[in-house]
Amino acid sequence: MIPAPFTYRRAWSVDEAVDLVSRDGEDAKFLAGGHSLLPLMKLRLAVPQTLVDIGRLSELSYIRDQGDHVAIGAATTHGELAGSSLLARDIPLLAHVAGQIGDPQVRHCGTIGGSLAHSDPAADLPGVVLTLDATLVARGPSGSREIAAADFFRGLFESALEPGELLTEIRVGKPAVPGWAFQKFTKRAIDWAIVGVVVQGGRVSLVNMGQAPVRAAAVEAALASGGSPREAAAHAAEGTSPSDDLNASRAYREHLARVLVRRALEDAQAAA
Amino acid sequence: MTVNGSQVAAEVPDRTLLVHFLREQAGLTGTNVGCDTSSCGACTVLLDGRSVKSCTLLAAQADGRSVVTIEGLADGAGELHPVQRAFRAEHGLQCGFCTPGMVMAAVSLLAENPAPTEEEVRTGLEGNLCRCTGYHNIVRAVLAAAGERETS
Amino acid sequence: MSILGTRVVRTEDPRLLTVGGTYVDDLRVPELAHAARVTFVRSPLAHALITGIDVSAAKEAPGVVAVLTVADMDDLPPPPPPPEEGAEPPPGSEAAPLPLGGPWAEPLLAVDRVRFVGEPVAMVLTDETYQGEDAAELVSVDYEPLPAVVDFDSGLTSQSLLFPAAGSNVALTIGAADDDAAFDACEVVVEQTIVNQRLAPVPMEGRATAAVWADGKLTVWVSTQNAQITRFILMGAFGLDMAAIRVVAPDVGGAFGAKIGADRDALLVAWAAKHTGRAVRWAETRSENLVGMTHGRAQRQHLKIGGTRDGRILAYRNVVVQDTGAYPRMSGFLPFLTGLMASGPYDIPTVQTAYQVVVTNTTPISAYRGAGRPEATAAVERAVDLFAAEIGMDPGQVRRINLVPPDKFPYSSGGGAVYDTGEYVAVLDQVLAGAGYEELRAEQARRRERGDTLQLGIGLASYVEITAADAAGGETARVVVHDDGTATVYTGSSAHGQGHHTAWAMLLHDELGIPMDDITVLHGDTDLIPFGTGTYASRSLQLGGAAVKVAAGDVKEQARGVAAAMLEASEADLELDTGLGVWQVRGDPASSRTWAEVAAHAGPQGLAADANFQSQPTFPFGTHLAVVEVDTETGKVRLIRHVTADDAGTILNPLLVDGQRHGGIAQGAAQALLEEMVYDPDGNPVTGTLVDYAIVTAAELPSFELLTSETPATSNPLGAKGIGEAGTIGATPAVQNAVIDAVSHLGIRHIDMPATPARVWAAINEATATTGEGL
Repeated sequence: MIPAPFTYRRAWSVDEAVDLVSRDGEDAKFLAGGHSLLPLMKLRLAVPQTLVDIGRLSELSYIRDQGDHVAIGAATTHGELAGSSLLARDIPLLAHVAGQIGDPQVRHCGTIGGSLAHSDPAADLPGVVLTLDATLVARGPSGSREIAAADFFRGLFESALEPGELLTEIRVGKPAVPGWAFQKFTKRAIDWAIVGVVVQGGRVSLVNMGQAPVRAAAVEAALASGGSPREAAAHAAEGTSPSDDLNASRAYREHLARVLVRRALEDAQAAA
Repeated sequence: MTVNGSQVAAEVPDRTLLVHFLREQAGLTGTNVGCDTSSCGACTVLLDGRSVKSCTLLAAQADGRSVVTIEGLADGAGELHPVQRAFRAEHGLQCGFCTPGMVMAAVSLLAENPAPTEEEVRTGLEGNLCRCTGYHNIVRAVLAAAGERETS
Repeated sequence: MSILGTRVVRTEDPRLLTVGGTYVDDLRVPELAHAARVTFVRSPLAHALITGIDVSAAKEAPGVVAVLTVADMDDLPPPPPPPEEGAEPPPGSEAAPLPLGGPWAEPLLAVDRVRFVGEPVAMVLTDETYQGEDAAELVSVDYEPLPAVVDFDSGLTSQSLLFPAAGSNVALTIGAADDDAAFDACEVVVEQTIVNQRLAPVPMEGRATAAVWADGKLTVWVSTQNAQITRFILMGAFGLDMAAIRVVAPDVGGAFGAKIGADRDALLVAWAAKHTGRAVRWAETRSENLVGMTHGRAQRQHLKIGGTRDGRILAYRNVVVQDTGAYPRMSGFLPFLTGLMASGPYDIPTVQTAYQVVVTNTTPISAYRGAGRPEATAAVERAVDLFAAEIGMDPGQVRRINLVPPDKFPYSSGGGAVYDTGEYVAVLDQVLAGAGYEELRAEQARRRERGDTLQLGIGLASYVEITAADAAGGETARVVVHDDGTATVYTGSSAHGQGHHTAWAMLLHDELGIPMDDITVLHGDTDLIPFGTGTYASRSLQLGGAAVKVAAGDVKEQARGVAAAMLEASEADLELDTGLGVWQVRGDPASSRTWAEVAAHAGPQGLAADANFQSQPTFPFGTHLAVVEVDTETGKVRLIRHVTADDAGTILNPLLVDGQRHGGIAQGAAQALLEEMVYDPDGNPVTGTLVDYAIVTAAELPSFELLTSETPATSNPLGAKGIGEAGTIGATPAVQNAVIDAVSHLGIRHIDMPATPARVWAAINEATATTGEGL
């Protein structure tokens, strides 16, 4: 219930935040909304020695129209994404999915940067940035770099971020092909996805069908060669490695993937 | 931080959760702890006007900001907030343990969506668990409070 | 115009809505000012020998006041000797839930063996809360693991014994129920084994206790349903006289049967206060609560039902295996009640019940909203639907044919109960009409015809249940009218959400005419109310409310005498105007005297009367109808309507009654669709947090449709039966039956609870694979 003791530091600039974390190495973590990290710390599944609070960095909270893409500050909350009229107009998939995360209280605090960095295979936003081929910008002790979404999610709670690196911006290209859909299969509305499907045009990602979100390549290929949603969806489980857990067996997840991909593709085509 | 309009300041261990700061240092025990996985919402308060789960925030994250708890909802003259009035009128509480968090969540919901449908109320309160009421009267209370705001 | 039967908003609410309730962890009383915090060290293993405990590192941790283990518990009296073999149990004790004891005795702190994950092994006392978890992590316990017994079958057959001295894991075997003659004579017989799954009560406030030992007196504040019973338990545990113990139940944040009296953790907190001489307090975390508070249900039932092809049920059998968890805290009480109510509201000539109680390396089982009766109803309602499916008859019609008709009351059931009053067919018809049953069936048929993905299911449950099973013990009330005209009710009941303060004030106001605002209701403090039972078994209105009415009546007669003396009139000429709240000589308003004047005339103590209302159990009844939509491609179920008629006799305050029904329906539906406490084969809880133990939220439920039916009880002056548990009892089988009904056209006859998407899909998958039909 109570985190193990740690030292709290507050950063007032991105450079300061990076500096504070790199000082303590492996034992330091960034604290944005804290809604992925603090729950782990309260159960003592994570025991960082230092937390660097980046919640005051207003410089990381923005949603900007950059012409062919939208630049989103990593500390932008899910609630802000969901309520953004810019996103509603230009990248409605992202606004919609952000509005489905957790519950209203979580959405007031949780950030896109925090969620992506946490790399939970059951989370929704990683699937979205993967589908939209977003570019993630990170700043670390040795400077800034850009990471493609396809290279970002390495495994279970493992991202491409090096120790001391902070996500600063997510650049999402405005989709060329309209027609999007999101299927999130849960027992209860607040649960993490048992299986999720994210579609934008002909691009399809799967949530919680492996240790990281995965593009449904076989589905995309079938669509590209003119397959119907039903035909393409039959390939949904190919190349995935879903787990067996309390909520679903592997076989059930594979079945759900096929059903939900079909439904998502039908929805996306109807909306296009 | 400002809690219910008054300044509260204290030195606490870095790991102090906001809910404990409110209950201990600010002396406001209305806000309750109902779980340890950010699931139940009994700890919901308003932070700069928006509902948050105070068990999932460090007190330090609220430093310099403004918090409103159930104790701060009625106005200075003791006049109940429409949501408080509606919860009583509709029997939206039984044991009362989830109630402070539920009321604050409802206040925030109505601030963002002043005329919600029943479905929007139900989805909007999904972060707040109640074991006594079955939610039926809580939903009625929130809709009634929304209606009152509309007519007032 | 009486206030009784009208919708009155609660007097409890202003405080709860503005500053919040004062639950144990909110107490800021002077006695607890420097209380040490208790953090328990609990077993991480389901079954193991304890080979050593090293507290040396923990003792050095910051803020540690003490680290206590069983080795420190040398200041307690020895436990009472086990009852002699063959000794007659005290009369009525089969209705009293008591631990089995003897070789199955449960210690306070684990002694040399742990039997479930979460069992308390040591206690750490610290100056501050946050220090507790840190220090507890430093307590080092050596365990030698033993094979864990985790399910019904291993409970029955495993050679790994939890209590070697008992020689078995089967704690009780009552009855055999193996006479097939009545079934052999039936045209149609259906058998099915079903599971009523293990649940966690999850009141929003977990368990909490605070205690101080000062000047030879032990004061214990505890989140309990029964302050007086808790005092008795403490007397026995510590060898103290009643006068040396005060128990206070402050506001309690829900209980549902899992906070009856005080459990071992609460006793340990009280002991720690006495042992160290320091005030102590404890409030469990939710993770602790999910393994440390008792669980509910956990029965496997083998059902057999037989009858005629034209729908008459002639024989019914329910053989129960009750998993009681690691310690039999309630002996055979729960399956006994299941057997008592086994045949439900049906007139069945042959009813056979039997049960076994097995121990397993899991959290102990105790009462949970319904306590043995939801299990009975869920079983017979499944059996009736299975029978209906077998003979191809509408489930509503089968029920109508077999429900006990109104002219057969009082009715002696095959389970051994005597049902007082009932209109079972009337509530069935009321619900069918209110739900629009014909149109629902028509819509179902249309969707089946079209082969829709979303199929409709309609589920029924007709139930009767027993409330105030221990009515012979009664409930107390003391009514005092003070010399200023205000009144106080001291009730033995112990509300934790039920609104007794409002209800008892209504009763007093109705009887005496004293304004509601001038009535104070007190409960839960043994210094103020030394004798009482508390609130469980849906007993409080019919016993505690009745006691208030009786005591109020006594006060009224005392007042009549006093007023007569004041007015120099004869008592027969005195009347009480309850509208104005004044006494007067009939026909002479100028003679009126206020309650203040009359009470003051009686003396500085005012007027007072005590009552202890003892009675018999009552049998509320009803029908629930659930409508679900099942996505046949994914198995996901959505509850779209729930219609009920719950008849608990004369309604005192419809607001409170409806609230109890709503809460019960939600918990009942949640059992059918979502909740289950799951253990892995090693006895580790898999659903150990609220992330995985799926409590229902507002988003999963519709608004409910409640119909009114009032068939008065005859055993108490209020005509009341108990409503508190009816919702849970009726809702669970209605929803389960609805889910199965939605996919019955695929040949599916049964799906165990909870009907999660995975379970429903598995049933659909198996059924369509068997038939070779695509979806």
